[in-house]
Amino acid sequence: MIPRLFVLLAVLLWAAVPAPALAASDADLGPAFDLLMKRSFDDKARGIEALGQSGHPRAPEVLQAILDGRLYYIKKTRQPVFTQKQDSKLLARDVFSGEELGLFKKRKLKKISINNRLRQQLKIALARVQLSDPDPAQRLQAVRGFIGSDDPALLDSLRAQKAHEDSAEVIAAIDQVLAFADLDSKDEALRLAAIERLKTQLDPVVINRLKRIVKSDDTPLKVRLAAEKAIERIESRIAFYGYLETLFFGLSLGSILALAAIGLAITFGVMGVINMAHGELIMIGAYTTYVVQQLMPGAIGASILVAIPAAFVVSGLVGIAIERGIIRFLYGRPLETLLATFGISLFLQQTVRSVFSPLNRSVETPQWMAGSLEINSLLSITYNRLYIFFFCLIVFVLLYLVMKKTSLGLYVRAVAQNRNMARAMGIRSDWVDAMTFGLGSGIAGVAGVALSQVTNVGPNLGQAYIVDSFMVVVFGGVGNLWGTLISGLSLGVVGKFLEPVSGAVLAKILVLVFIILFIQKRPRGLFPQKGRAAES
Amino acid sequence: MKHLLKVSALAMMTAGLFGTAHAESDTIKVGILHSLSGTMAISETTLKDTMLMLIEEQNKKGGLLGKKLEPVVVDPASNWPLFAEKARELLSKDKVAAIFGNWTSVSRKSVLPVVEELNGLLFYPVQYEGEESSKNVFYTGAAPNQQAIPAVDYLMNEVGVKRWVLAGTDYVYPRTTNKILEAYLKSKGVKSSDIMINYTPFGHSDWQSIVSDIKKFGSAGKKTAVVSTINGDANVPFYKELANQGISADDIPVVAFSVGEEELSGIDTKPLVGHLAAWNYFMSVDDPANDEFIEKWHAFIKNEDRVTNDPMEAHYIGFNMWVKAVEKAGTTDSDAVQKAIIGIAVPNLTGGYSAMMPNHHITKPVLIGEIQDDGQFEVVWQTSGLVAGDAWSDYLPGSKDIISDWRAPLSCGNYNVKTAKCSGQNF
Repeated sequence: MIPRLFVLLAVLLWAAVPAPALAASDADLGPAFDLLMKRSFDDKARGIEALGQSGHPRAPEVLQAILDGRLYYIKKTRQPVFTQKQDSKLLARDVFSGEELGLFKKRKLKKISINNRLRQQLKIALARVQLSDPDPAQRLQAVRGFIGSDDPALLDSLRAQKAHEDSAEVIAAIDQVLAFADLDSKDEALRLAAIERLKTQLDPVVINRLKRIVKSDDTPLKVRLAAEKAIERIESRIAFYGYLETLFFGLSLGSILALAAIGLAITFGVMGVINMAHGELIMIGAYTTYVVQQLMPGAIGASILVAIPAAFVVSGLVGIAIERGIIRFLYGRPLETLLATFGISLFLQQTVRSVFSPLNRSVETPQWMAGSLEINSLLSITYNRLYIFFFCLIVFVLLYLVMKKTSLGLYVRAVAQNRNMARAMGIRSDWVDAMTFGLGSGIAGVAGVALSQVTNVGPNLGQAYIVDSFMVVVFGGVGNLWGTLISGLSLGVVGKFLEPVSGAVLAKILVLVFIILFIQKRPRGLFPQKGRAAES
Repeated sequence: MKHLLKVSALAMMTAGLFGTAHAESDTIKVGILHSLSGTMAISETTLKDTMLMLIEEQNKKGGLLGKKLEPVVVDPASNWPLFAEKARELLSKDKVAAIFGNWTSVSRKSVLPVVEELNGLLFYPVQYEGEESSKNVFYTGAAPNQQAIPAVDYLMNEVGVKRWVLAGTDYVYPRTTNKILEAYLKSKGVKSSDIMINYTPFGHSDWQSIVSDIKKFGSAGKKTAVVSTINGDANVPFYKELANQGISADDIPVVAFSVGEEELSGIDTKPLVGHLAAWNYFMSVDDPANDEFIEKWHAFIKNEDRVTNDPMEAHYIGFNMWVKAVEKAGTTDSDAVQKAIIGIAVPNLTGGYSAMMPNHHITKPVLIGEIQDDGQFEVVWQTSGLVAGDAWSDYLPGSKDIISDWRAPLSCGNYNVKTAKCSGQNF
């Protein structure tokens, strides 16, 4: 009863409110909008087609708004509006007049929603509009998206575009699209010319079409040979870029492993302390990033840069506390240290679970780290991993400088080589121990900042990386910075090259087996420490 | 003196025994067996809260059989053997009348021998791979014919997909589901070269190579889709990597079976718009029963931003079925409830009804939804009616002749119709 009354009221109100005044050409869009407001996706598709063909100046804006999910209509008046989120309401703007209509509750508006098929249609419609964009970069992008198209109307409009196009790049791109259409032409000379033009094109549509030409029975011999040669060329380039890509993946995985392990290399290498809580120090660094982002919600871009020194300090302090509080009493007793630090790791995990929550925390990726650098259609390098790789190298360089150029570094190396002699020279070895542990833990915290960008931040983050860290340190040679870097990078690369062949799980197992066998031959790792004191 | 001590000690013990026995019969205990920490916590914690809400609602209505319901919450911490221990604790120590719990099939397989041995009742709310039917388990989540097969049909018929990537986490649910899907695809004429299958461990975070392989597999000129049975928090870096490598839903759509509103609530869903999920319920479904449930949920959890999802609806259905069955049987005794519950129908949250079948599965509608930029799903396709859950897949050679029927006289979970033999539970 009540719902029916409501509908009646709504219908009366709708009929009572006059339709918004449409300008002369705006009225032409009326039927298009009617179609868009229907429930069926087929009707919406027809509405989008109508909008695309209309030539109305506002059509591109409307199409983009549909794609972005910003086109709604007021349920009561069926008036289409652009929307913007404001708190939990929507700010509506009339589509034609641009007049601001005020804040609406979400329930009062209905979104013009789309599915994947409509999304494709919208992208094509928008690309067509982009062809006449004043910015040549936009035109280039639009043309590049058309390669593989056989639509004669589109090809005609491209030919027309070429006549008055002034950007050389765009003309070259148009030529490629037209050449693709010529691949199946009746004229043999045209076909050969097309294959010649396309033999450097790495877009997968090209090689698929060439393969089809080769397979087809009624291809003339000359064309078939040319196509085969072109396929060979393209495939060798594909293989080359494939190797480059796997190499990049391996280096990026390796840089993460190396970052995670370097702190351990210092504590394990310099002090001989097996720190099972190392993974948790990484986790603390990741959580510090989360906290920093909570404190600076408007400045996510800068948050990472703030989080790096913050994580260094927080993890470093936790590390110093562990060293002063527990490990100091257990020097020379590796088994007890192992057990005690294992207990500390459980304690830290549970603390984080209680303070934050057992669930994962979401750490946002800043804008400047999102997306990828596209070198060509086969090779795209994701920014976050690229930055992490360079960050890892910077951390190593800084650490190297600390160890070689600062007095702390000098003391650390002295205490590592011969503790008693160093003490005789007036170095306070227990202070140096605390600082070393703090340095190693701080680096682990910084690694946590990097890890927060590529993996889930949760209480179990440390557990996923502790075994890998030990593997890297043992393989690279205990206490050696270079060893850790080289071993981390090489283990990452080896793992990534194995993965397509053997699968993710088996690749890890094979790497582990390889390290075990390697240790049999060279127990001290790749770059062992030199000197008699190092033996003990 | 000694005698007095002995007598008073005996008196205290007896009083204590009576005391506890008296307290026991005052409430009906309900066990909640969901991971509250570990890799599955992202999915399971909300189900614990749902159960607490349902129990509170029922107590407001006067409880069950005149007694209040008392929830007993344990945390098996995404540790599969610990699930079995906690189930045993719930049944023997706490003496719960029913357990609502589990998510991963490996956790359910771990609990199965325990509930069968102690004749407990487990209501399992999550979509799974089938190939199981137990006297003591009620499967309120989707069987493959209520989720996986219709999703593949949608991709094949509506989207025109010709090449398939089956990506899953390495355990029994994805392995069995992929076996079924592979057999189904081949029965529809798809060649082996057009199917790529890939498994990763729980919590896998380095998706670079796999996503790149998917890209390569998908650029062979035929429309490609990914059918994802990836579970737990490995989904977060997977979707992030898809976004980073620029794979949009109109190039290579990903349909996931274990990703719902809850898993999406922790990530930025803008780059995922258009990817799909197949469930029997979405929070965005426009129905008064759903609106009411969402309002109650927001009031209970005191947070308007929390979402509802399919396993929550499954617990809603399962709990209401259990309550009705107990009322019908007049007791919480397992055998009586098992007899009474078959045939019971309760309303679901999408405007229809759900009935408990003799094979301990329920009837559900199938919905395919596309991810929107606010983490909700827009329904793009649904079955015209309800689909009854089929425990034994018709596409696997070992299972097509097997049926499950727990009513007398068959009372069997794996009855082979050809050989007329009941093979008993195979753990």
